[in-house]
Amino acid sequence: MAKTVAITGNVACAHAMRQIDPDVVAAYPITPQTTIVEEFSNFVAKGQVETEYVTVESEHSAMSACIGASAAGSRVMTTTSSQGLALMWEMLYIAAGLRLPIVMHNVNRTLSAPINIHCDHSDSMGARDAGWIQLFSEDAQEAYDNTIQAIRIAEHPDVHLPVMVLLDGFIISHAIARLDLLEDDQVKEFVGAYQPGYHLLDPQHQATMGAFDGLHGNYFEFKRAQVEAIRNSKQVTIDVGKEFGAMSGRSYGLFELYEMDDAEVAVIVMGSTAGTTRAVVKELRADGVKAGMIKLRAFRPFPAPELAAAVRDMKAVAVLDRAESVGADAGPAYLEVRNALYDSERRPAIINYIYGLGGRDVGLELIRDVYSDLADLAGGKSVEAVSYLGLRE
Amino acid sequence: MSSETKTQDRPAETGAEPKPGEKAWEKLPEGATIPEPGTADKYRTGGWRTDRPVWDAEKCSQCMICFMFCPDSSIEVVEGKMTGIDLEHCKGCGICACECPRDAIEMVPEDEIEE
Ligand code: SF4
Ligand code: SF4
Repeated sequence: MAKTVAITGNVACAHAMRQIDPDVVAAYPITPQTTIVEEFSNFVAKGQVETEYVTVESEHSAMSACIGASAAGSRVMTTTSSQGLALMWEMLYIAAGLRLPIVMHNVNRTLSAPINIHCDHSDSMGARDAGWIQLFSEDAQEAYDNTIQAIRIAEHPDVHLPVMVLLDGFIISHAIARLDLLEDDQVKEFVGAYQPGYHLLDPQHQATMGAFDGLHGNYFEFKRAQVEAIRNSKQVTIDVGKEFGAMSGRSYGLFELYEMDDAEVAVIVMGSTAGTTRAVVKELRADGVKAGMIKLRAFRPFPAPELAAAVRDMKAVAVLDRAESVGADAGPAYLEVRNALYDSERRPAIINYIYGLGGRDVGLELIRDVYSDLADLAGGKSVEAVSYLGLRE
Repeated sequence: MSSETKTQDRPAETGAEPKPGEKAWEKLPEGATIPEPGTADKYRTGGWRTDRPVWDAEKCSQCMICFMFCPDSSIEVVEGKMTGIDLEHCKGCGICACECPRDAIEMVPEDEIEE
């Protein structure tokens, strides 16, 4: 049924979009996302999709057009990276606040200055409080699979929130990988027809969207409702991940446990570095070391109690952050994992590595260093709480 | 998009009483959508005005230029005839007075208006 292909992560994402065939796509090209829009606009030009493709003059306009189209009741997708995501900033909050189920790829690239086009997660980490669901991908297959599942999660009646599908710039976006594409009909059936709630082109149920909340309005209450929706998305993400698994053979949850059953030390990691970490865990296991890995898929909503339960019996855990929360002296994932553990009666020692900023390469050697530090920490030696992995010193 | 887009069950309308055990934020329409049209009419913004347009029906030729120019839809029209100005929404910008070819609208400071 599935077709095995060798394509880049970006082309895989474009194929997912083709198979979803959204009503509207408004996007602006930016490195390293460009080949997604390039490939998708080819599908539009060849008539392989029915999508209304809106060319815009900036990412701010792209997200504005997406918001308008979504408010009009369309299924809407877009894609961006880095500075493009930054330029969408105010519109990101509006998409989430209006509860519009827009699905967007963000091909992770760092933010200037200095100008750098390579991968790290500082772009999407900066958008972590915008109210979007954020799903990381380990490889091209996951970027493709996440795109398809994101539609179902975003549009679920208990959720109605935008979803950001994250894939590492160049490492996933531009490397050719072997992956399985689903049949067009399978995807069509899986995503189903979009059934919008209130929308602006429904004369039977006229409505106003995006109005002023008034001088003594309900902003606070609307935000509280938004929090409930993103909480609901956890179960929806799990359910959709299972259903996707039944169809494709590839199931998904909020995070993946790898060799965790009897692990004493573990690394928590997001994105393509999970692949590198997996390789190191295999080596260590061959040497009899009880090492494991937790690959975080959902960063928003953050699966705090679930993660705390997954690591409670471990001796030492390292969180790898491909972004620094400058001024917090730690990475964002570390801060959240550490916070998740505060109320646990049993919890492991926990350390943080900031790695790969501006695309700095992370090979097996560096990950081996992390596990070696974890062994020290588990053995009672002291290890620096936050350190930089791969920094030239 | 299909022209017969189906619509999901709608959340309770604003102002509905919460059901027992339901919190205030749970009964708000999703995404702050106002589930009825034309609600700007209920939001009285005329209080922002410092100058008031005063219309002289004698001078007016019913050309409707003011109606086309008013940015706040505050020129009242009944059966094709201008009948006055909606002071609950007019913000006193003076565009109508400026555009009127018959000088039929005069801007008067609010504090000089004798009620
Ligand atoms: S003063 Fe301005 S807002 Fe008021 S009626 Fe005239 S054009 Fe409209
Ligand atoms: S522009 Fe002047 S003359 Fe024309 S309808 Fe308005 S008030 Fe009357």
